[in-house]
Amino acid sequence: MMNKKYSSIGKDEKKIDALALATGSRRFVDDFELKHCLHCKLIYSPHAFAEILEIDDSAARAMGGVVDVLSYKNTPQILHTSAGQGFPEPSPYDQYLFDKTVRFVGDRVAMLVAESPVIAEAAAKKIKVRYRLREPLFDPEKAMDADAPKLHGAECYTPIGASYDPQRNLAAEVDLGFGDLKQGESDADLIIDKTYRAHYGSHCAIEPHSVKTYFDEEGRLVILASTQVPFHVRRIVSRVCEFPIAKIRVIKPRIGGGFGGKQEVLLEPLAALVTLRHKRPARIVLSREEVFQNSRTRHPVRVRLRTGVKKDGRITFLEMDSLLNSGAYGSHALTVLSNCGSKVLPLLNKIDHLHFLGRSVYTNLPVGGAYRGYGATQGYFALNQHLDILCRELDLDLPEYLKKNHIREGETSRVFEALGEGKTGVRQYVNSCKLDECIDICTREIGWYEKHGKRIRQDDKVRGVGLAVAMQGSGIPLVDMGAASIKMNEDGSFNLDIGATDIGTGSDTILAQIAAEVLNVDLAAMIVLSSDTDRTPFDVGAYASSTTYVSGRAVRKCAEKIRDQIIAVAAEMLDVPAGKLQLAHATAEDPESGKRADYPEICRYAMYTANQFQIHAVASEFVEESPPPFLAQTVEVEVDTRTGAVKLLKLVSAVDCGQAINPRLAEGQIEGAAVNGISYAMTEEYLFSPNGSMINKNFKNYKIPTAADLPEIKTFVVPSHEPSGPFGAKSAGEIGINCPMPAIANAIFDAVGIRLFEAPFTPEKVYKAMFAQKDSQ
Amino acid sequence: MKRTLNINRKDIELRFDPAESLLHTLRNHGYTEVKSGCEEGECGACLVLLNGKAVNSCLIFTSSLNGDRILTAAGIGTLHEPHVIQQAFVDCGAVQCGFCTPGMVIASYALLQENPEPTEAEVRRALSGNLCRCTGYVKIVEAVLCAAERLKSER
Repeated sequence: MMNKKYSSIGKDEKKIDALALATGSRRFVDDFELKHCLHCKLIYSPHAFAEILEIDDSAARAMGGVVDVLSYKNTPQILHTSAGQGFPEPSPYDQYLFDKTVRFVGDRVAMLVAESPVIAEAAAKKIKVRYRLREPLFDPEKAMDADAPKLHGAECYTPIGASYDPQRNLAAEVDLGFGDLKQGESDADLIIDKTYRAHYGSHCAIEPHSVKTYFDEEGRLVILASTQVPFHVRRIVSRVCEFPIAKIRVIKPRIGGGFGGKQEVLLEPLAALVTLRHKRPARIVLSREEVFQNSRTRHPVRVRLRTGVKKDGRITFLEMDSLLNSGAYGSHALTVLSNCGSKVLPLLNKIDHLHFLGRSVYTNLPVGGAYRGYGATQGYFALNQHLDILCRELDLDLPEYLKKNHIREGETSRVFEALGEGKTGVRQYVNSCKLDECIDICTREIGWYEKHGKRIRQDDKVRGVGLAVAMQGSGIPLVDMGAASIKMNEDGSFNLDIGATDIGTGSDTILAQIAAEVLNVDLAAMIVLSSDTDRTPFDVGAYASSTTYVSGRAVRKCAEKIRDQIIAVAAEMLDVPAGKLQLAHATAEDPESGKRADYPEICRYAMYTANQFQIHAVASEFVEESPPPFLAQTVEVEVDTRTGAVKLLKLVSAVDCGQAINPRLAEGQIEGAAVNGISYAMTEEYLFSPNGSMINKNFKNYKIPTAADLPEIKTFVVPSHEPSGPFGAKSAGEIGINCPMPAIANAIFDAVGIRLFEAPFTPEKVYKAMFAQKDSQ
Repeated sequence: MKRTLNINRKDIELRFDPAESLLHTLRNHGYTEVKSGCEEGECGACLVLLNGKAVNSCLIFTSSLNGDRILTAAGIGTLHEPHVIQQAFVDCGAVQCGFCTPGMVIASYALLQENPEPTEAEVRRALSGNLCRCTGYVKIVEAVLCAAERLKSER
């Protein structure tokens, strides 16, 4: 299995666009210069819930340089979802581009279009809006009460026919299970019933959401988009702007990070409308403040976990009740909710009685969306603390407990089948799982058995260690599809055109590595073009940890077709049976006769000599399973008992992502996700004023870490091989964010014996909890 | 308004609005390697060297400058002639999305000019004005230390 000698797979190849990025020559959306471009400025609601009575734009329109004001009055009124998902989207259709009702502080009211950003900004302030205020709904727990304000009307609907009831503010509901909870309860020696709360978070991609649109020389609409989903952008823009797909071309240049935030079709239809109306280029780039408040966030989820356990630790039943705050619109409301169970509960596959109840509800708060981890992060915060509690109650060793109870190679979980992404799932077996090895590495590296439970104290500071584990998926089974096209050039180079969307992850590089491996060429022979809806085949885009596994399989299949064509041409050229030819170092050779032809010779033959044709192939793959990667993370913290300040001393990650196509890039994914997870646990939070307005919408007050704020971080990529993956690969993109928050919570408990059910673990929160504990003693 | 600044070792005449930040002036004149991430001096994506010192160009009015020397990441090295620091970022896997990278390169350059043999803690401190959301900084810190080593052996 691991003894294969690869030439490119498993090598730390340099990211193919890295030098152009480090020297600033590769461009992002806003780096493209468009002459005579119109600049747009969105105007937002200052109220959490209101009807727009009147928009008076006369003073703004009277200003020189103001070109247009868009609002519900002059834009297409087509219900849709901004979630950039496959068709039909599993998110409810509950949004218009502009609406007469505004549903959160920061909801769109209008958009100013002007000759310059300065004019747009100034004129935007002159728009006068009269509102009729409505009673807002902020508490998700009260959203389904009979007397709760209703955010959406009966015209809203879900195109996939999922559970949806706007009359109860219910954006999505999932209710699934197996076995008999009553039986599980009566079998239990002990019932543990706790509630955990995962909070709002912002993706904080350093490049803000950006879009530029223009008509090309032939009158086709070109959309330069900072997006994770170029093909979904094309489809959704076509629908909501009523402009044919054939006349739209979406180009994704370099993208400055996404993390789910750019799996949302927010700005593209607006810029497109401006170009359609005025036949001029248009530009929208959000400010940081707008990214925080007006784009999308991580859904807060309240998770109640109830489990019955035997004295030996066996879980007799598990009940998970998740309440997801979807905010004002239902973007990803169903699928994030589903993943809160479906990516979490299969980990413990020996439970006979299980029930998952999930509800996503509307509130007049910022809108949730896709965010790395996608519900699993929220679910694992609950599960990992819950298992720590369980082990402490029963005096069991958490690492050994996890090793005994997690799903193993050759096993399945009934959850896979019961619960998919917003619908029934797909039955699958786990064929690669090195979680035991991951746990062992993490406990060894953190010194678990020397430190755990020891409360090592120095003056007022006490140390503790914590552990958490997770799995994720690799794409959405029976849904996700990727495709690739390869053609050969006469110097032996290849154009690899892929729909897959590199948003900074390095997917262009690892997909080229896969093709280079199949074709026996150096990586330098691959010329990669990704995500141009005119030029590359379809791909669902960069989400659901799908690219390496789904698009990677498509690239491998496509490269194999090219390899077969190369062999067929070489066989004709050299007059030897195709079956005798072997490929090595960009050469086809018959080892018996010694006859050989190198790639340039083969391609020249195909192009110029006889039976001429272009060596070219297209292949697509859709997948029937979603092999989970596995992760363990351990942390050591030091809690200052005088101030409540928690200092993270070290974080260790060990991941089973199958065969890492490029270990250095895989490590980079885990490290980046881990650090995002650390700051989500320690500092990041949305603070709201009483009227529902976010008050810390800047990097000064919404703190993400710098290099100076971080402890030692160690990452291990554990040898593994997923039989169904391309060269044994699974995913690595999301999983790393799932464990820091519960691991740190567990470590804080280990240090000072307080259980924090909600992050961030600020000194204030920790101090209060320690104080309350002292009080109760 | 009009002013001449020395940008990447060339005297360039710039036209700009009186209230314009250096960031926007530079970007409007094609220096798009200077990135805009927050426009409030927090993310460091717009870092340039102003008379040899690393500054957030979003916090400086262009009108406050005259004849000053500015160096951007493209002035430090290019695709065809990369600087050691840029090559080290590539070699160490320190570039993911690359949006923060030009700013990181400037911060690293400023550090290594002043302190050619920094400790890891000094590197981390020197980069503490630059946000990166992709890498977790592990490989960026590695890259700066690697660049320092390479520059040392070149000396």
